[in-house]
Amino acid sequence: MTPSDIIRPENLVYAKPRLMNDVPMHYCPGCSHGVVHKLIAAVIDEMGMAERTIGISPVGCAVFAFKYIDIDWQEAAHGRAPALATACKRLWPDRLVFTYQGDGDIACIGTGEALHTLNRGDNVTLIFVNNAIYGMTGGQMAPTTLLGQKTVTCPYGRDPKLHGYPLRLADLAARLDGTAYVTRQSVDTPAAIRKAKKAVRKAFEYSMEGRGSNLIEFVSTCSSGWKLSPEKANAWMRQYMFEHYPTGDLKDVPASKNNN
Amino acid sequence: MPQQPEILLMKGNEAVAHAAIRCGCDGYFGYPITPQSEVLETLAAEKPWETTGMVVVQAESEVASINMLYGGGGTGKRVMTSSSSPGVALMQEGIAYMAGAEVPGLIVNVQRGGPGLGTIQPSQSDYNQSTRGGGNGDYNVIVLAPASVQEMADFVELGFTLAFKYRTPVIMLSDGIIGQMMEKVVLPPFKPRRTDDEILRECPWASNGMGLRQRGPQVISSLELDPAVMEQKNLNLQRKYAQIQAEEVRSEATLCDDAEWLIVAFGSAARISHKVVELARERGERVGLLRPITLWPFPEKEIAALVEQGVKGILVVEINAGQMVYDVRMAALGRVPVTQYGRLGGIVPDPDEILRELDKLKSLAE
Ligand SMILES: Cc1ncc(C[n+]2csc(CCOP(=O)(O)OP(=O)(O)O)c2C)c(N)n1
Repeated sequence: MTPSDIIRPENLVYAKPRLMNDVPMHYCPGCSHGVVHKLIAAVIDEMGMAERTIGISPVGCAVFAFKYIDIDWQEAAHGRAPALATACKRLWPDRLVFTYQGDGDIACIGTGEALHTLNRGDNVTLIFVNNAIYGMTGGQMAPTTLLGQKTVTCPYGRDPKLHGYPLRLADLAARLDGTAYVTRQSVDTPAAIRKAKKAVRKAFEYSMEGRGSNLIEFVSTCSSGWKLSPEKANAWMRQYMFEHYPTGDLKDVPASKNNN
Repeated sequence: MPQQPEILLMKGNEAVAHAAIRCGCDGYFGYPITPQSEVLETLAAEKPWETTGMVVVQAESEVASINMLYGGGGTGKRVMTSSSSPGVALMQEGIAYMAGAEVPGLIVNVQRGGPGLGTIQPSQSDYNQSTRGGGNGDYNVIVLAPASVQEMADFVELGFTLAFKYRTPVIMLSDGIIGQMMEKVVLPPFKPRRTDDEILRECPWASNGMGLRQRGPQVISSLELDPAVMEQKNLNLQRKYAQIQAEEVRSEATLCDDAEWLIVAFGSAARISHKVVELARERGERVGLLRPITLWPFPEKEIAALVEQGVKGILVVEINAGQMVYDVRMAALGRVPVTQYGRLGGIVPDPDEILRELDKLKSLAE
């Protein structure tokens, strides 16, 4: 039997999204970025928006997101992706516009741009991958690093007296009048992935319906940065991250209540 | 009978706003700062989003404005911002990204004195920042220096044309005098914004989702980790800059044909120097004025030619501590004395002071 004997339409329960490029990914085993990419690619394709989407990639591990999803992209400066998104959406109102950012990008150097884009109610979606660490630059402390968590720049654990507290950006975003949908998701189990995909779809649809801005935080793993195996990283995330960053919707404004 | 163009009286900053609406600008993104806030204020009052469809956004900072420019320019739209010195200092990262990713856009700097918060009074002390790149990496941007309200209006269209021709940010380097003073101006004729199809045709490189399946995905990026490829990218930029230097130098010569003594000045310093030339000519002295209109590329050849022609000395007048003077010295190659005069802190030199500096130059040269 050859693979083509087995892979027949009637047997097919899973396929790589059409918009995922056939190139090796640079993400580490166990990293959440790849799964989040896949959800975005699938939703854009399912919405029929491949030719009307502009993605804004960040500075961080996802800096090369443009290599993986077959759409038009702009590669922003560190933290500035939401400003690019504002301009793209205002100048091209019928486009699906989203940013893809890590915690350092969206919740530290670019907090200002993120909160103001959300608060303006620009009809875009900010995808926020929160792995509680700076992955790309080698595991330094992030604004979202948990208290007591060790990183190379807080080797004795994050101490609030020295480093302040882990920032809950999604909670802030939910309090802003410009946001339509704010949710925290994870991609650690098949069930979570299915739910997360629905969240991406909802956010993208809200942005196209002009309901306002949307933020999806993905509580994520960084096995390399955390120095854990992929499996242990998932367990660590569930045990510690979910406590500080509980998953679920923080805000979902019904269409009728929207004043944008 | 051809219609007479309407002559209006307005500030340089207002002229920029009206010219933007008239020359098919798609978007303005800016943050208030004196002495240029009238640009955003005029646009807000004119509501071009209801007429031409031009987008106007008051951004949360100059960092955001310039990154809105980067994003909007990357989609092939005609986008602009304006600010004054401290705000333009904040924009330098974004300008470097635009240069690296070859994104067009127009940045108007209505300069004020520095360093730091400095003063709200006029200055020309951002010459070095504008003509040397200003951010990180090896790059230049085209710098246009208006000397009148009319030129502030005209350089909006010129700026966009050059920005798209070379896929580069363009800076209009004005100052608080020209931005704030009221003068006669004829606004450019109305020109519609480009349609989506026109953008697709003119900007096949743009990342806007349009025509993706025909041309493949477009990525606007300044990033490249392979040093061999990055060196080539840089060399391509340098080739582009060499072409700009060969083709886009602009300057204006006043009474230079028989000049023994030359003043080189740009922007408002050139206007004051005009008066100086007049006064000197009344005294029977053969003084001419060369006004660089593009500060980068710099009119080196034009200055060298005047030295060749017999100019005995050059006085550089600029409202700063001596910035353009180095470019003039490079052009003169040590063949004649080159001195500099400027006032600082928001004080503008008057013609008599400059005449005295001319006398000093003469005694130095003779
Ligand atoms: C202006 C600027 N400062 C610092 C950096 C270095 N830098 C690159 S990525 C990064 C942090 C990325 O972390 P995060 O946003 O959490 O994304 P992750 O890599 O974890 O996905 C930093 C500090 C930079 N590229 N630009």
